[in-house]
Amino acid sequence: MTDSAIVLAEGDSHFPPGIHSFDFADWFSGLSDTALAHMFTTLTFAVWATVAILIAFFLWAYRKPQIVPTKKQWLAETAYGFIRNTVAIDLMGKKDGVRFAPYLATLFLFILFMNFWAIVPGIQISPNAHIAFPATLAVLSWAIYMWIGIKQHGLVKFFKMTCVPPGAPGFIYPLLIPIEFLQNIILRPVTLALRLFANMFAGHLILLVFILGGFEMLNSGNLLIQGLSVFSFAMGIAMTFFELIVILLQAYVFTLLTGMYIQGSLADEH
Amino acid sequence: MIHAAEGGAGILFPIWQEMLVGAIAFGLLCFVLIKFVFPRMEKTFEARVDAIEGGIERAERAQEEANQTLEEYRRKLATAQEEAAAIRDEARADAVAAKEEILVSAREEANRIIAAGHAQVEASRQQLVRELRSEVGNLAVDLAGKIIGQRLAGDADTTATVDQFLAQIADDTAETSGAR
Repeated sequence: MTDSAIVLAEGDSHFPPGIHSFDFADWFSGLSDTALAHMFTTLTFAVWATVAILIAFFLWAYRKPQIVPTKKQWLAETAYGFIRNTVAIDLMGKKDGVRFAPYLATLFLFILFMNFWAIVPGIQISPNAHIAFPATLAVLSWAIYMWIGIKQHGLVKFFKMTCVPPGAPGFIYPLLIPIEFLQNIILRPVTLALRLFANMFAGHLILLVFILGGFEMLNSGNLLIQGLSVFSFAMGIAMTFFELIVILLQAYVFTLLTGMYIQGSLADEH
Repeated sequence: MIHAAEGGAGILFPIWQEMLVGAIAFGLLCFVLIKFVFPRMEKTFEARVDAIEGGIERAERAQEEANQTLEEYRRKLATAQEEAAAIRDEARADAVAAKEEILVSAREEANRIIAAGHAQVEASRQQLVRELRSEVGNLAVDLAGKIIGQRLAGDADTTATVDQFLAQIADDTAETSGAR
């Protein structure tokens, strides 16, 4: 499986697609047995390209900001303002919202453009289909909301707030506290990472099924099956549009949940 | 590779090199956007809000000024109208007063002229009466002397008699003129 760098090019030899479809070979084969393995692959290329595109666009678009925005400035402001207004300020109010909007907006844009590689012709794989990238972001989100909570309320009070829901009858607490702890402290980052990862993973798999399936049918030698491959490719295209929705939605959900967790850490004791 | 070696669950274990790449890349993106781009956007937003609110404020100030000016003009107009009315009233009052004065002085003048006339007539009458009295006395004495043939002139009794008589006449005349 080490030679599966460009899945589509060698599509026929890899049907049906599976876990092996997500192995990407190192660009420099000499690195494979060193610590630098996995550092230079299609996925890391997509990550760096995402960062480069976003930095280049924002620095270019916001070089000379004006009161009456130009078209590119308007685009940059809309990208930021969307998360700033609908997530950050809506959740946390004006003051804290403006404080956390930059991080949330960066998070959203990063995930969105990372996801977007899933439907970019020639790449068609999102780095987020490898759990490492969603996990990194989830750990960051976790670290931020834990840090904010502890800073805001102090360690003991924050854990009491997070793990001891008020108003429950006393005898249920031995059961409730471990569950709440597990849910709010341990599982939140795990679900955050898994949700994004699984969506992008499954999306890629679905695209592979229909597109590789189409090639498989073309190569079958049976004229009827070759003709039917059109439907497989059509489904592949339809799924690409479906994937676009997933890309947007998952980027938004990850950002929204991070915002909600931060808001929960900022909030007063309820 | 790793995935294949660990079986299907391998996809759930992150590759640390990829986490490192992800962390560095995302860190770089955060650094640039949060440090250099988004704060400038917030500043632009603020400037925009200021510009809009400033515009509204300026318009409100202008409106208020206009209202004040209008109010002032109305007040001035009202004052001017009041003044005009006052002047008109005063003029009317002055005219009436002047008319009264003229009438009074004319009446006084007339009264004075009438009084002067009366006085003159009275004086003339007195003089006439005096002249007449002495004339009538002399004439009566002359006539009586001629009739009686005796010279009565210079006689004290006669003079007294005549005077008495004349006084009587004067009294009668006064009574008749008083009755008249």
